[in-house]
Amino acid sequence: MLSQRTIEIVVGLFLLAAICALLVLAFKVSGLTTFFHSGGYRVEADFDDIGQLKVRSAVKISGVTIGEVTRIQLDPNTYQAKVTMWLNSYMNAIPDDSSAAILTAGLLGDNYIEISPMYSHTFLHNGSEIKDTKSAMILEKLIGQFLFKINGGNGDKTSTEKSTGDKK
Amino acid sequence: MLNYIASLGRFGMHLIQQYGQAGVLLSRTLLRLPNPRKGFPLVVQQVYAEGVLSLLIIIVSGLFIGMVVGLQGYHTLAKFGASQELGPLVALSVVRELGPVVTALLFAGRAGSAIAAEIGLMKATEQLSSMEMMAVDPLQRVIAPRCWGGFISMPLLTLIFNVTAVYGAYLVGVKWLGLDAGAFWSNMQASVDFNLDVVNGIIKSIAFGFVVTWIAVYQGYYAEPTSAGIANATTRTVVYSSLAVLGLDFVLTTMMIGGW
Repeated sequence: MLSQRTIEIVVGLFLLAAICALLVLAFKVSGLTTFFHSGGYRVEADFDDIGQLKVRSAVKISGVTIGEVTRIQLDPNTYQAKVTMWLNSYMNAIPDDSSAAILTAGLLGDNYIEISPMYSHTFLHNGSEIKDTKSAMILEKLIGQFLFKINGGNGDKTSTEKSTGDKK
Repeated sequence: MLNYIASLGRFGMHLIQQYGQAGVLLSRTLLRLPNPRKGFPLVVQQVYAEGVLSLLIIIVSGLFIGMVVGLQGYHTLAKFGASQELGPLVALSVVRELGPVVTALLFAGRAGSAIAAEIGLMKATEQLSSMEMMAVDPLQRVIAPRCWGGFISMPLLTLIFNVTAVYGAYLVGVKWLGLDAGAFWSNMQASVDFNLDVVNGIIKSIAFGFVVTWIAVYQGYYAEPTSAGIANATTRTVVYSSLAVLGLDFVLTTMMIGGW
């Protein structure tokens, strides 16, 4: 039988190991960093369509992650999606005429925001807004436009073709 | 014919009586105000006996389960060209399901059976009655520390199991099969949510720890005071708590996915 003091020390180590495990689960496995947005600044952008963009999606420049989306709201007046993103403080020299586009990682991957820097000499700061935005690419809309284009805007032709095709 | 109905009724009444006994035992153990100066060292001893001594089996099985899930997941995902998604696959299945359930099953086998056997033997050798003769409440002296030890140990063991399983998958996926470490962790972080996945797993493990310890303590305390009775009590502890864990897991998962 071990002495009470040894047992207490071992149990203390056990508790410490469990707390370390919880921290690993929180930060390494689930990437819980939203509580620690201390060093950085917030920027807003209005999009017509955000697609599958979610809170905590990445914000990138040239493919390098520099921040994440912290809030997505619908503007009740313009019916646009107002996306608030948090950018790391070491990226404090992004020109304020830069454009933001919602892109997709791979064919079926998650959406993220890509910022393309422009040439202005004033920079984005806390609370500023990116004016030039490009919406997410939605596959259904693209297919719809494509079908519309190859038919030269003549919608009747497709419907007749389809119906004859079905009969065969 | 009437005899069969009567035996069925007797069985039903016996069952309800057992549930009642278990409930009374639990309320008498936990609702009475403990003496912290005397009770705390006993609880620490039980956390040592039930938690620290189970650590080896938990770590080894966590590592191997993580490695096996990583290996199987990699070869299945590679067919779809989606082997980058190994991290999320392993992390979600371990944190949500495998971690709490497997830890609870191992805990029932390693610690639950030990609790039942110890209390059963104490009863068979009349240590519990002699405590009562000395005006020491055996519920406070023997049962309560074992309950609290189990309640505390089980979530902690689950956390450690989860982390070792994730690192087991990391070993296989990144170090052996050559996945990109950055993609492994960042895809995992993108799809695992702390509140929805990690915290729900911890809630599950708390519930399982409660159920397993309760069954073990009850089976030990009401064991028949013979050697065969103690053998029965340990067997029933492991069987009942395993079944209870699996059934409860289904109920809890339904509640968590259905958003309560």
